[in-house]
Amino acid sequence: MPEASTRPRDAALGSGLGRVLLLVYGVFALSASARALVQITTKFGEAPLAYLLSAFAGLVYISATVGLAIGGVRGRLIALVSCSIELLGVLVVGVLTVADAGDFPDDTVWSHFGSGYGYVPLVLPFIGLWWIWRHRPRPA
Amino acid sequence: MNGPLSVVTIVAALVLAAWYLLRSALDRAPSRYDLLAAAALSALVAVLMLIALVALFGDSRPSDTVTFIGYLITTIAFTPVAAYLARLEPTRWGSLILGVACLVIPVLVLRLQQIASVTGA
Repeated sequence: MPEASTRPRDAALGSGLGRVLLLVYGVFALSASARALVQITTKFGEAPLAYLLSAFAGLVYISATVGLAIGGVRGRLIALVSCSIELLGVLVVGVLTVADAGDFPDDTVWSHFGSGYGYVPLVLPFIGLWWIWRHRPRPA
Repeated sequence: MNGPLSVVTIVAALVLAAWYLLRSALDRAPSRYDLLAAAALSALVAVLMLIALVALFGDSRPSDTVTFIGYLITTIAFTPVAAYLARLEPTRWGSLILGVACLVIPVLVLRLQQIASVTGA
């Protein structure tokens, strides 16, 4: 089909596969921040570190969603930074939770490499970074 | 929330998901009928959510009411938002958007059932 091949190189970051990413990042932005909000408002004392981490993850997903949505040089930079932090976060928290669960008494999106969310949080930053890299500005 | 309508919704969403993913794999943009099917699923989900909302005023109110209502709003808005995005994207990726949305709906319904099953103090 011609659609894929005729797609201009300077097409917006938030179109094509980017629009699918926009939906998935939006879902995670909503679920991670809503989860953090419930955790912080109802039982913050139980595991402050894990719940703050939940909130941080929510913010990272929100900024990635915003970056993809606004596009352009600035949006691309926001999305790039967010996806990098996201990748680092899921790897670091994943290793920490697998190695020693004692430090994280309550789950976050990134715990056990996102196993509670079908490992989507682990795969998502790779797809996101690949997509942003594919959309790097090229000299004309 | 645990009635036959939930099962119907989950099965319908999964069947549609398979169809949309196949369409995307075959490099097809969402057709008019694909979008109409998404609208029909939205209506089905809306009915299910209204029934769940009415049940909130009954005896078996879930203990975590705020989370439950949050999930209700998310679930009812989800398919329409995905259909809107899919309309903006008349390529294979539009079909993928619908497919992903139809995979998320069963998860949301199952979570709602989970929250609804914890009632009382």
